[in-house]
Amino acid sequence: MPTPKRKKSRSTTRHRKAQWKLESPPKATCPQCHAPKMPHRVCGKCGYYAGREVVEIE
Amino acid sequence: MPKPSKGPRLASGPSHEKLMLSGLAAALFRDERIRTTEAKAKRLRPVAERLITLGKAGDVSSRRRALAVVEDRDIIHKLFDDIAPRFASRNGGYTRILKLGPRKGDAAPMALIELVEGEVAEAKPSRPTEEGRRTRGIRRKRRPAADSPEPVDETESAEAVEETEEPQQPKAAEAPTETEGEGADEEAKAPEESPAELAVVTEELPPQKLEAKDAAAEAADEEAREAQAGPPRGSDKEFKDR
Repeated sequence: MPTPKRKKSRSTTRHRKAQWKLESPPKATCPQCHAPKMPHRVCGKCGYYAGREVVEIE
Repeated sequence: MPKPSKGPRLASGPSHEKLMLSGLAAALFRDERIRTTEAKAKRLRPVAERLITLGKAGDVSSRRRALAVVEDRDIIHKLFDDIAPRFASRNGGYTRILKLGPRKGDAAPMALIELVEGEVAEAKPSRPTEEGRRTRGIRRKRRPAADSPEPVDETESAEAVEETEEPQQPKAAEAPTETEGEGADEEAKAPEESPAELAVVTEELPPQKLEAKDAAAEAADEEAREAQAGPPRGSDKEFKDR
């Protein structure tokens, strides 16, 4: 079995891992109440979707 | 387990999946709008729409084919006589799925599936599904819709309903009798409104209970703190029991 000749240095490892970035989730604003919400989801703040109240929220 | 034509496999086996879809379809036709996970909603859609198509055909043969899926005669009756006629001018696309976002607890993406031609789709609140009831911590207050009908109209319509819809009264009476004060008027209300009352009742209770529990827990904590200097047995035991 071929095996690595050298241990990867801490620097190499960290440079590699520095490229692993989190992607931010998609964002949208509710056209009704302007609160941030997930796209294609009912707004959790006001319960509106596609211009009508879908879920009633206190 | 057979591979579904659309969507993921559900449950633990073919029979379990069949039962689950049947139950979901029954709940959808009963409440017009149910809340479930996105995966289940997506699997339910073709099942439910096929049933509505059978309902539009309306003959005995299709009625029996529908009964093979949902074995509840009351619900099939509602489907054939009440729901299907509403979709007479529509070719497919009888249901609507609205995504609600992740559920608290397991972050399962939740969805609302409803009949497009719902009876007063905008105003009618749904009864929580079995799943919704079990889910803790999700706030869904639907009070305004239940309260909105004007009291004057109610009494008038209630009298009319009493005369015409005598056999349906037992259904309304099934709703919990927290309406004792209002008496006969409330009970005689159209059966569509009783689920709304139910929903309100089930959703109102937990918070109160929780508050009571919290208060009790706090009291117990204080007792325990006081008891640390010289612990009387009683309070100590009480704390342990909790």
